[in-house]
Amino acid sequence: MRRTTRPLGDQPDSDGLEKLQPGITLQERYLILGMLGSGGMSSVYKGRDLHFPNVTRLVAIKEMVNLIADQSMYEMVVRNFEREADLLATLSHPSIPTIYDNFTHKNRSYLVMEHIDGDDLEAILSETGGPISEERVVSWAIELCDVMSYLHHQHPEPVIFRDIKPSNVMIDHHNHVRLIDFGIARVFQSGQKGTMIGTEGYSPPEQYRGEASPAGDIYALGATIHHLLSGRDPRIEPPFSFAERSITDINPLVSPELEIVVNRALEYDPKDRYASASNMKEALISTAKRTGLLSKPSVAAVIAHSDKIEELWSFECEDEIRGTPLIYEGQVFVGCYDNNLYALDEKTGEFKWKYAAEGGITGKPAAEDGVLFVGSEDQRLHAIAANRGTLVWTYYTEGPIRSSPSVSDGHVFVGADDTRLHVVNMINGRRAWRVQASAPIWSSPLVMDERVYFGCESGDFYCYDFKAEMKWRKKVKRAITSSPLLVDGMVYVGAKDWTLYALESENGWQVWRFRMGGPTMSTPTYAEGKIFIGCGDKNIYAIDARHARESWRFETDHQVTGSPLVHEDSLYCGSVDGGLYCLDIRSGRLRWKFHTGGPITGSPVVSDNVIIFGSTDHKVYALIA
Amino acid sequence: MNFLRKLLAPFSKLSNSADVSQVGTPYKDSKQAYFGHDGMHEILVGTGQSTGIERSHNEDALLVLTGRSAGETPLPEFGLFVVADGMGGHRAGEVASAVSVRTVARKLTEGAILQIFDTADDKESAPLQELLREAMEEAHQAVVDLVPGGGTTLTTAVLLGHQVTIGHVGDSRIYFIDDGKTEVVTRDHSLVERLRELGQLTPEEAENHPQRNVLYRAIGQGANLEVDVLTLPAPRGGHLLICSDGLWGVVTDPDILAIVNGANHPQTACEELVRAANAAGGPDNITAVLIRFPPG
Repeated sequence: MRRTTRPLGDQPDSDGLEKLQPGITLQERYLILGMLGSGGMSSVYKGRDLHFPNVTRLVAIKEMVNLIADQSMYEMVVRNFEREADLLATLSHPSIPTIYDNFTHKNRSYLVMEHIDGDDLEAILSETGGPISEERVVSWAIELCDVMSYLHHQHPEPVIFRDIKPSNVMIDHHNHVRLIDFGIARVFQSGQKGTMIGTEGYSPPEQYRGEASPAGDIYALGATIHHLLSGRDPRIEPPFSFAERSITDINPLVSPELEIVVNRALEYDPKDRYASASNMKEALISTAKRTGLLSKPSVAAVIAHSDKIEELWSFECEDEIRGTPLIYEGQVFVGCYDNNLYALDEKTGEFKWKYAAEGGITGKPAAEDGVLFVGSEDQRLHAIAANRGTLVWTYYTEGPIRSSPSVSDGHVFVGADDTRLHVVNMINGRRAWRVQASAPIWSSPLVMDERVYFGCESGDFYCYDFKAEMKWRKKVKRAITSSPLLVDGMVYVGAKDWTLYALESENGWQVWRFRMGGPTMSTPTYAEGKIFIGCGDKNIYAIDARHARESWRFETDHQVTGSPLVHEDSLYCGSVDGGLYCLDIRSGRLRWKFHTGGPITGSPVVSDNVIIFGSTDHKVYALIA
Repeated sequence: MNFLRKLLAPFSKLSNSADVSQVGTPYKDSKQAYFGHDGMHEILVGTGQSTGIERSHNEDALLVLTGRSAGETPLPEFGLFVVADGMGGHRAGEVASAVSVRTVARKLTEGAILQIFDTADDKESAPLQELLREAMEEAHQAVVDLVPGGGTTLTTAVLLGHQVTIGHVGDSRIYFIDDGKTEVVTRDHSLVERLRELGQLTPEEAENHPQRNVLYRAIGQGANLEVDVLTLPAPRGGHLLICSDGLWGVVTDPDILAIVNGANHPQTACEELVRAANAAGGPDNITAVLIRFPPG
């Protein structure tokens, strides 16, 4: 028979979900001090036991408000609550909080328990903001196995916790594990149409059949450890998908031995998991012993060393190469800060000719019909014959040109520091039209389907048609130095406000944006449904174009200002750390890294399976892909 | 009349009917129907709904809102299409689906659709994917607050120009029907689908599983709602179908394909799809929204 209490204080007789306010006293004994947490039908309050008036004896008071309308289900919830309370009263283990009291008033039930000074793992995860060290996780996991084992060996029936997850595990100030919430408000409603059974990501597959067994607790423990070590919350992933997120892929600092233990606990079939919590505990202990002796490398395994990369040729210019080369008709053309445009043989790297402008050349040349077009800091757009390097014409703007020209429809499109986009007839070098932007234009214009897309240093991004009419404009907060990419009706462009934007190409509507850890000057590349881009936060990102989600990222040792290149199933990209990286396109794993003597700020290009790029160490390199 | 004939002369070879006065009546000839003002291509939309045979109430809800314009600087064609399939005892299902549809429509109209009419060319609205995600999360909160114990699926498509942005929770589906094949572009958030993905169930076992309706994600249920949001280019010359499981769970994909491609207008197709679902037993409420896109 349940004891009921007299209503006390100002607590209204209500059937709603009003939370208890601080100052209310329950049972003339427990003073509510505040709320510790709540969710759905249950709440936990911090309270003080007034039967000890001379000291502050803190308690945790769990309240469950039973709002279930259906009579038999209501009674089931009450029975569950009583059973759990009785159970807690008989258990005794350092990881299980002591229960002091329980009572019910109308449709609210209460458990008064030991107050634990500490944080639950969910709070610790969100404070840490990422994976937690193996050392801490293993020590907690061993204690959890210990208490699991204790529960599973209860008589006459094993006690299945059924709800192991980070929010139910507290770590006290002695760094010991305390299990909280023995399922007071848990209700299973199985089988009806469209019913949610609350598989919160940590629960085992067999739970949807309503089966609860010790093997289920082992799975849930494995899921919790997986979250702690990877930093990835299983509740926002499809259920039972841990195999798709290998712990060591996400967090290379975790030992493979520990990953093996976790994976076994996460086996789909309960029979394939550890047969008991104590078996799992032993496995964890031996992992801790072994890995304590080994020193771990701090970087993921590199598949090949850079001295095994075959260099086909290299050529030294007289100054930094900041831009991207062009491969055209068997020759490599590259601009250099020594004011020259160099022409080299594509196969041998042999010097063919050089053309001297009167200012540095930082952009990538364009070419069409045997003529090269390149801008220079001498304020001119130069048209040069590709075979001999002789001048065909020059076109003057009113400021240095750092943008790379684009050729389309018989015209050359180029931006300049004079804030204008110039459109010049390819044959005779006469201006066809030009438009004004609000700041210098360093980005290369993208010309497609009779539209021109370009950004400028004030953060304005424009779309013009061939009649020089502006179709739309988008403003962001920082410079757009990189060039846009257009795929399937969507324009992708990065800006120095740390964001990659996806705009619908007809009207400039922002469909999504992806925030990175630093400004970007890199032009994005598209392959296999993903957008690849480099960033000033040292990373190369792979972003799913449909879902706007990060697929992977790779960290180099310095800013990545150039743009990535995709060739077959590899991604090539240079970094300011002087390395040219080759990554696997799908996983982002490093295949190899080639070292140069200075930052690489431009992008690589490819022809006939040869990757060609320049470095600020003055050299142009050609590597076998 | 003569003017019209001249205007349509290049196209008359395509149309079957020689009757020029048929322009503007989409039901007669599907190809003719596309060419509205000055040759501007426009979408066609159909909807269909039925309580089905076995159920006594309809807990599904749908909403369609479209707009088109013409002129010197026309607005992009836009549309909002929502399907929700409610669940829960008593009237919870009906209320949950209605509340979620209204909430998401209101939020998107305020946040996105109204902005389309803004003449300032420097629009400052949030990205569409974020607006859609927030709208669905608000719908979730509305159901949690107003319909305790109730839940619903919610599948929303926003068409802007040539891009379709989708927000999705539950087991209603969006099909892209193009090039003679059907493709489901959403993921069913049902446990059974998850097990099938993992190779634990064959597609046949999944279809007949007693718990095939159990969802691991639904609006109004659970503390942390995760919405699937994605953007795809609209299937030019093809169709987009949004439907509840009362349709896809009962009518096979090849039959859906045949009905959609065989109809001269999406409205007729929807009516036929509903008929087919009922003919197959109609075990659940049936809802379909079908959009036909003009060729590109």
